[in-house]
Amino acid sequence: MGLSVRLMKKVRGFTLDVAWEIGNELAVLFGCSGAGKSMTLQLIAGLAVPDKGRVHVGDRTLFDSSAGINIPPRKRSMGYVFQDLALFPHMTVKENIAYGLDRPERTRGEAGVVQMIDAFHLNKLEDKLPSEISGGQKQRAALARALIRRPDALLLDEPFSALDTHLRAEMRSLLKDTREKFNVPVILVTHDVFEARSMADTIIVYSNGRIAQTGTPSGVFDCPANSEVEGLVDAGGLFLPSQKPAF
Amino acid sequence: MDNPVFFPMRLSLQVAAVATFFIIITGVAVAYFLARRDFRGKELLDMLFTLPLVLPPTVTGYYLIIIFGRNGFVGKPLYERTGWSIMFTWYAAVLASFVVALPLMIKTARAAIESVDKNLINASYTLGHTELETAMKVILPLAKRGIIAGAVLSFARAMGEFGATLMVAGDLPGKTDTMPLAIYSLAGSGEWSGANTMVILLTAISGAFLYLANKYTRRTI
Repeated sequence: MGLSVRLMKKVRGFTLDVAWEIGNELAVLFGCSGAGKSMTLQLIAGLAVPDKGRVHVGDRTLFDSSAGINIPPRKRSMGYVFQDLALFPHMTVKENIAYGLDRPERTRGEAGVVQMIDAFHLNKLEDKLPSEISGGQKQRAALARALIRRPDALLLDEPFSALDTHLRAEMRSLLKDTREKFNVPVILVTHDVFEARSMADTIIVYSNGRIAQTGTPSGVFDCPANSEVEGLVDAGGLFLPSQKPAF
Repeated sequence: MDNPVFFPMRLSLQVAAVATFFIIITGVAVAYFLARRDFRGKELLDMLFTLPLVLPPTVTGYYLIIIFGRNGFVGKPLYERTGWSIMFTWYAAVLASFVVALPLMIKTARAAIESVDKNLINASYTLGHTELETAMKVILPLAKRGIIAGAVLSFARAMGEFGATLMVAGDLPGKTDTMPLAIYSLAGSGEWSGANTMVILLTAISGAFLYLANKYTRRTI
């Protein structure tokens, strides 16, 4: 199961124009904030609509502007973990996870929910509200919720940005385990050099709405294709002034 | 039943309760569409629903007569076919309270629905839920406090409705004399002791509802 996209969208002076393809692997979308990484995830999930382009997952077409295909988000089977996690504040951990089940499964889905609670070490927290658990626990609950419906791909929008260094390391290894266990392509958006380098099978470097380079971590970090990528992969390069669109 | 204090109080509560019931159903639906949809004329629609909040109630009542009166464009065919007119019945008092208090519900509920985090709504969609499921399980529960506050405010406003009610329901003792109308009649005929009792009662009931509304608007989840 792989994923291939061709996306074009103009928003208030910013133009996203990218095309890439990944296999069943962990791909990192890497670049400064405002480079179009999060927007890419939204376009793949159907939360925003490209002006032109197509989105294919495996042999399914989720979007194709020339064929007039636009599958609604709820039928795209994308596991999406938002930057702020977006756990429902009025539902317990268990209810949040069960919310990801399809309707017929919801009534007899108890076993699946328990399984996810075990897999993400959320035992004893099932009946707590998101406001009553820690950042790392919320993180795991959000992953469990996104994965319970066995999505065709997992989209992660800087999900670790709110965590401290120690927890980030823990979450990185959890995510790697998760990917192996669920055997699902993962697209991880980050602007953290270390995270990109240590997690990625493939890195797609974004710069101002375009792709600056695609390759393996060592390929990108050791042989930057141009001075632009070189600037980005230097830790200090992250803070280079960049054109920031207002979204 | 015909007690000049007890009847208006019972009628006022009854009119306000029935009006609030319809206000909740209509108000939440209208507020949802105003908050979540973009369509041409959206702000014009919002303005039309809000107008009764700023128009003198007599003007609102006048419009209601034009629409629902025996010669009105809804009232006339209804009267010709059934021989029944809503005018000068307690239903007319409900209609007046409904129209005058509805904007309070729409305004409060729209603000509450608009303040629900967009990511939560998007999360619900990516988790396979339809718009209706998302509205019922995520948006409305998270907007609940605003909706309750709107309902309480509407009820209090309906309890105090005078001008539009007088226009469409009249002031028929033992039939359409809600508390504000009864107070007007009692004061007009110099029956101060009855008026005093009712003024105190109405102030206490309205005060209690305002207190409730404040309690719900201030606390957030």
